[in-house]
Amino acid sequence: MAVTPPEQRIWWNEPIHKTELGWIVIAFLWGLFMFFFMIAWHFIGEQNLSTETYRIQPAKYEAKVEAFAEQFKVAEENGVPVVRPPAGEDVFILGRLWEWWPILELKKDQSYRIHLSSVDWQHGFSLQPTNINIQVHPGYEHVITLTPTESGEFGIICNEFCGIGHHQMTGRIRVTE
Amino acid sequence: MAVTDAGSVGGQIRDWAYRTCGYTGLKVDTQAQALIKVNAVAAVVFLLLGGLMGLAVALTRWPAVHLLPAEWFYLVLTGHGANVLLFWIIFFEIAVLYFASAILLNSRLATPKLGWLAFILMVVGALMANYAVLRGDSSVMFTSYPPMQASHWFYLSLILFAVGALIGVGVFFGTLVIARAERTYEGSIPLVTFGALTAAIIAVFTIASGAIILIPTWLWSIGLIANIDPLMYKVVWWGMGHSSQQINVSAHVAIWYMIAALVVGAKPLSEKVSRTAFLMYILFLQLASAHHLLAEPGLSAEWKIVNTSYMMYLAVMGSMIHGLTVPGSVEAAQRRNGYTKGAFEWLTKAPWGNPAFSGMFLSLVMFGFIGGISGVVLGTEQLNVLMHNTLYVPGHFHGTVVAGTTLAFMAATYLVLPLVFQREIVWPTMAKWQPYMFGIGAAGISLFMMGAGTLGVSRRHWDITLTDAAHAFEYPAAAYLMMGLNGIFAIMAAIGGAMYILVTVGTVLFGKKIDEAGTHKLTFPLHSGGPQAVSEYGSRGTLKLPGTIILVSIFFTAFVLYYFVNWKYLSDLWLFR
Repeated sequence: MAVTPPEQRIWWNEPIHKTELGWIVIAFLWGLFMFFFMIAWHFIGEQNLSTETYRIQPAKYEAKVEAFAEQFKVAEENGVPVVRPPAGEDVFILGRLWEWWPILELKKDQSYRIHLSSVDWQHGFSLQPTNINIQVHPGYEHVITLTPTESGEFGIICNEFCGIGHHQMTGRIRVTE
Repeated sequence: MAVTDAGSVGGQIRDWAYRTCGYTGLKVDTQAQALIKVNAVAAVVFLLLGGLMGLAVALTRWPAVHLLPAEWFYLVLTGHGANVLLFWIIFFEIAVLYFASAILLNSRLATPKLGWLAFILMVVGALMANYAVLRGDSSVMFTSYPPMQASHWFYLSLILFAVGALIGVGVFFGTLVIARAERTYEGSIPLVTFGALTAAIIAVFTIASGAIILIPTWLWSIGLIANIDPLMYKVVWWGMGHSSQQINVSAHVAIWYMIAALVVGAKPLSEKVSRTAFLMYILFLQLASAHHLLAEPGLSAEWKIVNTSYMMYLAVMGSMIHGLTVPGSVEAAQRRNGYTKGAFEWLTKAPWGNPAFSGMFLSLVMFGFIGGISGVVLGTEQLNVLMHNTLYVPGHFHGTVVAGTTLAFMAATYLVLPLVFQREIVWPTMAKWQPYMFGIGAAGISLFMMGAGTLGVSRRHWDITLTDAAHAFEYPAAAYLMMGLNGIFAIMAAIGGAMYILVTVGTVLFGKKIDEAGTHKLTFPLHSGGPQAVSEYGSRGTLKLPGTIILVSIFFTAFVLYYFVNWKYLSDLWLFR
């Protein structure tokens, strides 16, 4: 009973149901829209992740961040330098087990070239509560031009698992008017 | 006993035995049946283990409970991923492949000895992975991103498991060749087998990607390779990690068609359309490695856009097509069964008390609404920055893999138990409620994790209060509420999972033996036309489908609205380029 001759041997010639055809057209057009909207956002949107990346030895990156912190340091909190770079400056953030280093003070509506890298494992740069999340790799220096649009205290959480101290890995960005 | 043409397959001819199923009329190769049974049993064992670990994870992430200490949390989370995402699902999929080839095609299974070898390798791999994780030196998460390093046992275990699975896939392909050569069916393979074939083809790509990255990583862990580039690792690893989820999609869509066929007698509206949708999966789904690389440095925007969209969303189109054709075929079948009143009598009078049907339909709806829509949003190049590595990500994939795949596999089990294990289901009332319990629990987990992720909560994070952190930060109070609700729904899903395991194990051990003649009346009966619908091909043809049109219209509206809401969120962020 199960293997009886098929109803329509040449199934690829059967007409397609109108409902199905209509849905296929809608799904296809919606797919095209979503595809081209991603491209369009590169032109109309102001939130596009930079692809500017350099290969770098972790030790060299660490030295760059330390030089940067030394140059623009304005204070210290619990041994961590508070760094206030001028607008438009290259700003370096270091991810390591288990902190984001140093503390940054930025000005609202000013653009900064933010450099991100890690000296050990992968980390996740998660700026809260704005909710900007970027992956950070050792050996890759990622440069993002960032413009804060609000002032206040912001936390950087690590959201890539990086071992037993992962949940203690945080950092801070302060944005002033 | 059947006679075969020795020349047509080459190789040795074994003694094999068939039984004829009294309910479906299908010829069942007893060797295939035995392999289906052991793979299904192994799947359930690892579901139990991984499910308990999942409950412990959810209870730890519920701030008011915070069950496990940090080391144990990360250890158990690693084990949870491996046991449910890999072992439960792939053991079950191997069983599905054997069923869709040998049983549905009335064929003998190719090289059952290799099938047993595959099974043993997979069991050894799965046990070794648990050993590596429980040792405590492999808490690297399921993804094991370098330069963080696990014990070499961890990588080796995954390689063994993958080799076993690849052999199982080879047995499936071999069975298709044998069935064709021995003319056990006429014309084309049935749609369900075609869906399983799609899953098997993607599995080959997936396992190859896994081998390409895990073998060097294993060599690195024993000191023979100095360095694994972390970005290269992710590109290739996700060729396995994401594509293996596409095996699940193909497999559970095939199961939707199978259950719809067996329980209400549904046939695809159009073979051509449904098969083309599966073809889209084969052609484009494996591009999705990019979904995990949208927030990475060093990859161009062009590469991200083409890959993340599965080449202009053609694979998404495939899923949207199944999203119409599966309920559409159910509606068409139910209208033929006489439920023609209004737009929805076909749905309200559907066999909701049959766990195979209710599980299938809940899986279909939740996979589409929760897993599908969130997946497209998460996989949009720019929107990903809003959610990358937040709890939104596990929220999304619990919508696809738990509410979608796992629930579909559970539903299929209610057919496998009487038809393959030949046991009547014990505790039918518990079985009847099980898909609802588990499905609602899974939906809650997905939605509340997505909610917490939208509020920025990190995934894989032991302590969202950040108590011992260098710089204090407070997540919003709503995030705590979300995590609490997530815990409550996780308990519900765990109860649903326990019900499933009780019914399954109880039935296998104590269920009333069903005779071969099919004289016994099943508690959860099949549709009289079901066997034909599932083991043949042919389109249902043209009927009006007002109910399905309304359902997909609601889906599409939700999809479009949610998509634009997220662009609105994105446009409120700080500016970055």
